[in-house]
Amino acid sequence: MAGNKTFIQEKETSDLINSHALTYMTIHQGSFYENHGKYKGIMAWITSTDHKRIGLLYLYSITSAFVLAAILGLLMKLELIAPGKTIMDARAYNGVFTLHGITMIFLVVIPGLPAVFGNFMLPLMIGARDVAFPRLNLFSWWLYVLGALVAISSQFMGGGPPDTGWTFYAPYSFRTGTNMLPAVMGAFILGFSSILTGLNFIVTIHRMRAPGMNWFKMPLFPWALYGTAWIQLLATPIVGITLLMVVGERLLHIGFFDPALGGDPVLYQHLFWIYSHPAVYIMILPAMGVISEILPTFARKPIFGYKAIIVSTMLIAIVGYFVWGHHMYTAGMSSTALIAFSFLTFLVAIPSAIKVFNWISTLYKGSIHLEPPFYWAASFLFVFMIGGLTGLILGSLATDMHVHDTAFVVAHFHYIIFGGVGFAFFGAIHYWFPKIFGRMYDKGWATIGWITFFAGFVTLYTPMFYLGIMGMPRRYFDYLPQFHGWNIVSSFGALILFAGLAIIITNLVRSARMGPIAETNPWGGSTLEWTIPSPPPLENFKEIPTVTRKPYDYSEIS
Amino acid sequence: MIMSQPAAHTEHFDATASKIGMWLFIFTELLLFGGLFIVYSVIRFSHQTAFHLAAEELDVVLGATNTGLLLLSSMTIAMSVSAIQFGHKRFTLILISTTILIGLIFLVNKYFEWSLKIEHGLYPGSATLQGLGNGDTLFFGLYFFMTGLHALHIIAGVSILGWVLARVASGKIHGTHFVHLENGALYWHLVDVIWIFLFPLFYLIS
Amino acid sequence: MSHPEKNHIVPYSTYVIILLTLLTLTALSILVTSYELGPLAVSAALLFATVKTTLVLLFFMHLKFDQRIYAIMVSVVLLVFILVIVITFLDYSFR
Repeated sequence: MAGNKTFIQEKETSDLINSHALTYMTIHQGSFYENHGKYKGIMAWITSTDHKRIGLLYLYSITSAFVLAAILGLLMKLELIAPGKTIMDARAYNGVFTLHGITMIFLVVIPGLPAVFGNFMLPLMIGARDVAFPRLNLFSWWLYVLGALVAISSQFMGGGPPDTGWTFYAPYSFRTGTNMLPAVMGAFILGFSSILTGLNFIVTIHRMRAPGMNWFKMPLFPWALYGTAWIQLLATPIVGITLLMVVGERLLHIGFFDPALGGDPVLYQHLFWIYSHPAVYIMILPAMGVISEILPTFARKPIFGYKAIIVSTMLIAIVGYFVWGHHMYTAGMSSTALIAFSFLTFLVAIPSAIKVFNWISTLYKGSIHLEPPFYWAASFLFVFMIGGLTGLILGSLATDMHVHDTAFVVAHFHYIIFGGVGFAFFGAIHYWFPKIFGRMYDKGWATIGWITFFAGFVTLYTPMFYLGIMGMPRRYFDYLPQFHGWNIVSSFGALILFAGLAIIITNLVRSARMGPIAETNPWGGSTLEWTIPSPPPLENFKEIPTVTRKPYDYSEIS
Repeated sequence: MIMSQPAAHTEHFDATASKIGMWLFIFTELLLFGGLFIVYSVIRFSHQTAFHLAAEELDVVLGATNTGLLLLSSMTIAMSVSAIQFGHKRFTLILISTTILIGLIFLVNKYFEWSLKIEHGLYPGSATLQGLGNGDTLFFGLYFFMTGLHALHIIAGVSILGWVLARVASGKIHGTHFVHLENGALYWHLVDVIWIFLFPLFYLIS
Repeated sequence: MSHPEKNHIVPYSTYVIILLTLLTLTALSILVTSYELGPLAVSAALLFATVKTTLVLLFFMHLKFDQRIYAIMVSVVLLVFILVIVITFLDYSFR
């Protein structure tokens, strides 16, 4: 990296000299940060229908939720550093992993990329001034905040924090005395936020692409958002109604899932996972979209297999609807169902693998520019593959019998969700940071943060695969003595990961306020957002561009 | 709706976007009820006889009347979309009002139906129901849950049409700008379609 | 411009005819299911409901007269939903 002084780095030195002379206000003049309406300060933000401000509102709320949930995770690892009670008892532990799951899933990873980068970047990347329904967009954020408050209120009322896990399995979820209603209603409200965002994006992509941008000139991040939006729209209502049924069970004893009344608890699991499996595609598809943007830019080469990636995206979205039973192999389904779900699960892995091949082929014979976004994207490939391959072990009936509900599952989904979505999120924020904030972050610290985080991540989660195979169950606050050694390693990894997070977040927050002024297109990206000023003006484009070039055409960018 | 600065330059109104948006919302409602239909089919599958017998408690005449009424209201609101394009403003207002009125009658019928059941002790959580056995408990749990959720959507539909009615009366909706009427009508048809399935599944299986 | 494609205004009579058809089908469905059909009862009831819904979708909800994209979206959504039910029954039918 040392000897590779690119034109980007040389320009940056002179920028650094200039930046100290420039004030906070200069960047903001003419940009969307300037207040135009009657409100000032925070009111101007929380009543704004500007997709860029809404994207940032989501960024701040989601980051806060993430930090809260990450601290809960750290507390869990501290509990697990030794057998027996370390810092909390079983009941507290159940409450902690439940809140950790609810917060991470419903408040962080599902909204995550679409709400932050979808909102900010989608209109820019398709050449539009905003999304199709800006007021609905603001309403979605308000629903997010309301849902979050309702869900978190469950921690503080009489019955005690929910202890069912984020999956709210019946019949315990309607028999437990803990505060299930606010948790479930909070999730319901959050579901609406997700649905409306999906609806907005579908109409935006159908109706608001710039002249000349037909479907196959659209970049891959919007395509990913499109596939995601359909899942948000079609899958979320099922969990919505299921949560309402849980309320019905608790309040009215309707009996659908209650064995004592003739109902079937496994039916709950079916309904829950009919949403929650497609939900993981809501999480990963935008992440894959981000990688498809970053890799071509830093390889200075068009994405390999643009159409194949589009087809794979849509295939994942569709086939992903039909594999939910792989969460239920030990629940008591028929053998016909078991075989069908396992088969379909293996099928859905294929388009993901196609994408991995395409990404790697993009890098082959490319002109690689080593920058922080690239580090995140490259390490994404590594963690995503491990997450995906271990998913096949879980998708296969015989092996799953052995590792279901063990630490192996926990390692798998953290690799693929935290690894997949998390790394893509960090990649996205490091990629689009200059565009959003008009400043550049310190790349040295960004790299150190990445290395630390990556090292912590691998140390934290890899031992869990082994522990799971050896029989350590998940969601237990205690374990047998033979699991102690690797648990120490894993918990230590959590501390390293936290250190990495601290470095990354500090670097970004600091740089947003006083980093050197960034140029319009510091990375040499080929998509439309790089053609407008950083930060963008309120209306994005002075004139809506007419698109003639194919996506990822680097021939005219120096 | 809270709004501060005019966020983006307002280009001319895109009616197609509005209509697509409404269809997408309809899909979410279809799937919301779809989840309940899944529950219905599974539970029915394992409690065939009990459902068959429990359904006899329901009044087919009342159910059929409500079905006929909703179908009629679907026709009136569909006609209103043609009426506004023909420029028949008064007729449009009559048609929308009729639709709303029928919706309210439906709700009144529902109220009577439910009262009857509740009087006989047939409601979720009642001692009578617990005593009858699992199939009946589940049947009536489903009945109240699904028709209840449907009734909520009738109320929503009536409210939406009320808003649309006001806008037609004030001229904000008219012959060359009527997508909100179309969308209101689409929502009403959705409520009708749900009932088209609810009716046979609860009333016609005895 | 509100509706560049749609010049065709559906005549009132079309809607009246569809309503009469729907009411007839409703009456038929009540008649048919009043006989002891056993397991066929559900299928018969659902068949009538499906035909009625198709009429509502095509005529009242305008799919017949609108751009194809709407009908395609509706079909895809219904297909996904039906497949989900079918797969769910792979569990329940074979237990």
